[in-house]
Amino acid sequence: MRLSLGLSRPTVIPGFRLSLGLTLAYLGLIVLLPIAALLLKSADVGLARYIAIITSPRTLASFQVTFTTAAAATLFNAVYGLALAWVLVRYEFPGKRLLDALVDVPFALPTAVAGLALTTLFAKNGWFGAPLAELGIQVAYAPAGIACAMAFTSIPFVVRTVQPVLEDLEPELEEAAATLGATDGYIFRSVIFPALFPAFLAGASLAFARSLGEFGAVVFIAGNQPFRTEIVALLTYIRLEEYDYSAAAAIAVTLLAVAFVMLLVVNLIQAWHQRHTVGEE
Amino acid sequence: MARPTNRYRVRVGDAPAFRRTITALVLATTALVLLAPLSIIFAEAFRRGLGPYLEALARPDTLHAMGLTVFAALVCVPVNVAFGIAAAWTVTKFTFPGRSLLLALVELPFSISPIIAGVAYLFVYGAQGLLGPFLAEHDIKIMFAVPAIILASLFVTAPFVVRELVPLMMAQGRDQEEAAVSLGASGFQTLRLVTLPNVKLALLYGAALCNARVMGEFGAVSVVSGNIRGQTSTLPLQIELLYQDSQVLAAFAAATVLAGVALFTLVAKFLIERAQAARAAASLEDA
Repeated sequence: MRLSLGLSRPTVIPGFRLSLGLTLAYLGLIVLLPIAALLLKSADVGLARYIAIITSPRTLASFQVTFTTAAAATLFNAVYGLALAWVLVRYEFPGKRLLDALVDVPFALPTAVAGLALTTLFAKNGWFGAPLAELGIQVAYAPAGIACAMAFTSIPFVVRTVQPVLEDLEPELEEAAATLGATDGYIFRSVIFPALFPAFLAGASLAFARSLGEFGAVVFIAGNQPFRTEIVALLTYIRLEEYDYSAAAAIAVTLLAVAFVMLLVVNLIQAWHQRHTVGEE
Repeated sequence: MARPTNRYRVRVGDAPAFRRTITALVLATTALVLLAPLSIIFAEAFRRGLGPYLEALARPDTLHAMGLTVFAALVCVPVNVAFGIAAAWTVTKFTFPGRSLLLALVELPFSISPIIAGVAYLFVYGAQGLLGPFLAEHDIKIMFAVPAIILASLFVTAPFVVRELVPLMMAQGRDQEEAAVSLGASGFQTLRLVTLPNVKLALLYGAALCNARVMGEFGAVSVVSGNIRGQTSTLPLQIELLYQDSQVLAAFAAATVLAGVALFTLVAKFLIERAQAARAAASLEDA
């Protein structure tokens, strides 16, 4: 999320060159150098070879699996996250603080641990897997399992972006609408949801972006069969293990480009959102 | 701040039937998607009791992985705390062209899949990488060794401290620092005696988050580590190795350590937020 800056007068505080120098040197070495190396490596691949790698059936299948499962995970989190934020902001009930703290579990819990836990839950004899198997539904080692892992790791995004906006919502608007005879459903659709929408969309985009790049939790539960349950991040990893560095570079740079597009989308949504909130104040 | 919900007579969704239904649905879903995964880690690890758990935890390769993970955290957390302070000081105490761009760059690692980070590092320090020939010539080993694990972890966790500090330091402005400097304090004295005490809690929380992520990083580290058992396996990689070997109990035992770190981080967050709220309330009373 973008942090807003708003100062503009000169200052007497010393240390500008030192702190800027340190920051730039560190960013250059730790963040920019590797990204530059990846871009250089993928430029070496050449356009014809790049297209051949990206349009190979296995790569296309992995993109399809990744996008479909990430979309399903995001859909779940859009609904659950909105409901969770609503309950946390609007109602008082025992255990509310605990629920609020639990929301951050997916950010704090390592993805490998999450993957291990989810795989065991959904295994044939697991807490969830056994009853689901009786219904004939397989989650572990199937695309549904990938979606579950992605959904788990991106739970906090929608909740944490919607929650503060919902808290700051002016009650007077709702009250006025209600006084004029509008129903709850109508007020939600026409007053509340439009105010939440930019934050909601930004949260969902962040969740989607995170799901596209998720690796640790997914590799445990996916089964990792080419064409069926192989995600893009894993295919990149496999190409590296096969010493096919051009393929790894081509796929990685494509995923990087998708991440940048998502970042741009989120920033545009947030700029739009800031214009909205500034207008209201 | 949450408003008291009963202050206004009519609010959307306050009908008792609706309120109870949606709260029950959310709680049930949360039990399934958040509590169950957390519980099963401990249930599986302790299913045969404390003795077998400790035995599974005390395997030499797991202990070694734990040591490497702690070492990585001991290096990465101080480095990223220092970077966080420098970067936050730069963007909040000064105005210069490109400031927003700098902040966006700082946050970049958040948007990049850890796998991509790992691949990118391979193309710098690997045999085929930018610096590969130079490193080979001077017999310096970075890739598939501990330095690469540290570097990849630094990349992934670079934004954590900055992210906690910037909003707070931005809100606090620069008046106190400017006063300190005009009274004759040096830059470092101002930082140490004025700025840092003001952001102590946020700094602590940023460091806790950074620590949890360093200890738990999987994707980036699995690309650059080479994953040699007993040499370059961190704890998350060790969990995967054990699980692949069908050493399920040992995998879950190792997982409880990381889950413990995660729970500790969340408790720290809870306490820090409470302390911040108390501070805010106190300063509101002062004013």
